[in-house]
Amino acid sequence: MGFVAELSQVDFGYGDRLILKDISLRIPKGKVVSVMGGSGSGKTTLLRLMCGQYPVNRGAVSVLGQNIVSASTPELYAFRKRIGVLFQFGALFTDLSVFDNVAFPLREHTNLPEAAIRDLVLLKLHAVGLRGAAKLFPSEISGGMSRRVALARAIALDPELIFYDEPFAGLDPISLGITATLIRTLNAALGATSVVVTHDIHESFAISDHVIVIANGSVLAEGSPAEISANTDPYVQQFIKGLPEGPVKFHYPATDLQKDFA
Amino acid sequence: MNPFALISRLGAGTLATIEGLGVFVRFVLQLFLLLPKALTRPRLIIDQIHFIGNYSLVIIVVSGLFVGFVLGLQGYYTLNRYGAEQALGLLVALSLVRELGPVVSGLLFAGRAGTSLTAEIGLMKAGEQLTAMEMMAVDPKVRILSPRWIAGLISVPLLAALFSAVGVVGGYLVGVQLIGVDSGAFWSQMQAGVDFRDDILNGVIKSVVFGVAVNAIALYQGYACQPTPEGVSRATTRTVVISSLTILGLDFILTALMFSV
Repeated sequence: MGFVAELSQVDFGYGDRLILKDISLRIPKGKVVSVMGGSGSGKTTLLRLMCGQYPVNRGAVSVLGQNIVSASTPELYAFRKRIGVLFQFGALFTDLSVFDNVAFPLREHTNLPEAAIRDLVLLKLHAVGLRGAAKLFPSEISGGMSRRVALARAIALDPELIFYDEPFAGLDPISLGITATLIRTLNAALGATSVVVTHDIHESFAISDHVIVIANGSVLAEGSPAEISANTDPYVQQFIKGLPEGPVKFHYPATDLQKDFA
Repeated sequence: MNPFALISRLGAGTLATIEGLGVFVRFVLQLFLLLPKALTRPRLIIDQIHFIGNYSLVIIVVSGLFVGFVLGLQGYYTLNRYGAEQALGLLVALSLVRELGPVVSGLLFAGRAGTSLTAEIGLMKAGEQLTAMEMMAVDPKVRILSPRWIAGLISVPLLAALFSAVGVVGGYLVGVQLIGVDSGAFWSQMQAGVDFRDDILNGVIKSVVFGVAVNAIALYQGYACQPTPEGVSRATTRTVVISSLTILGLDFILTALMFSV
């Protein structure tokens, strides 16, 4: 089995605070891989490191055969034409219509005639079920729809690797189910690899081939959803069962209660 | 307070200010270096000229007209004391072309278009639109900043010229039509006294310089702002304050250089 992305012994932090500590992981090719962990565990940061958005403090990052750490700006841009990124809230261009948003990467990176762009855009929009919304503006559609438009935009150039940043956050149950199914079907249809950063256990276990659990900046467990469910690590158990108490405390570290109310 | 702490804070503050200036200058140089690349997409520039130039027309024309009215009135009162009201046209035209046209239109542009540039780019940053663009392998400096930069550089001198032209008409309406200064004297004095190189060209140079300053400040403030509601609001305020002070400061320097005897 090949790997599309590999991180080895990566340290990363904002200022003095280390978010990721000596983290190593590999993303298997052709799979839907979920990167899971609590809020602030560094999973979104991990995704951004793989896109080359931030420079690492130490370690090696290689994605689609491109060394991200030493890449020049043109190399990074050439690499990014081969990936698709879905942002948490879509990050649609608010001054462009749904159609023009999806057409944006095609117009920027190809010399296709307008008729071909139109067909491609409508195909992508059809794939996410929003061909009928092509003329609307981002302000006229719901949050779930924006996410799907952003997905159509992310796959406009048929990427080899698609990153999803919290694709399920803030969605109603119907949109959530639609998004989950789309991630799975698009991965198969494009022959791509998908990396899904999320903390939604139910949906991600249902669509993932491989799950990586991150806590305190390092990989705690990885394997198939069934293997993760069977993992006996107390943090993993607390996380997948959503228990209020466990290795992660309900209370933020504080001084003694008696002292505060004395 | 410990005097050493005070000195070290002063030093840190100075270093931070100089670093900020350095980042700004590098940003402006980058904008200039990206000019050839941006010029290959004229459609984007035209859209922005429409957006920041055309939409500033109303405020520029109305202000120019009223400034012209006031110049006509005040100029007449003063010149009349010396029986020199024939020179009203010259006074109005020189005031506008040399000073008020470039300066006031620069200030108005900062308030009308500079703020909208800063807020637009700041909000695009806050909504991760700029990051999304980078992730799509599109450089936001080329796609978003450069067209606005070029459009601003083209628009400001044109708006300043329009301001001066409308101001002269305002002065004419008040001075000639309302008060009754001789129309022939008004225009001929103006024609004889306004020099193309010394007055008009210097005025145009001023407005070009102000255009560079206002647009660079507005774009930088938007691009470098904290991507939060407070950050965008602070950046927008800074655009107006810094641009206005920069225009007034530069105007003094340019005037001293251009019109010194």
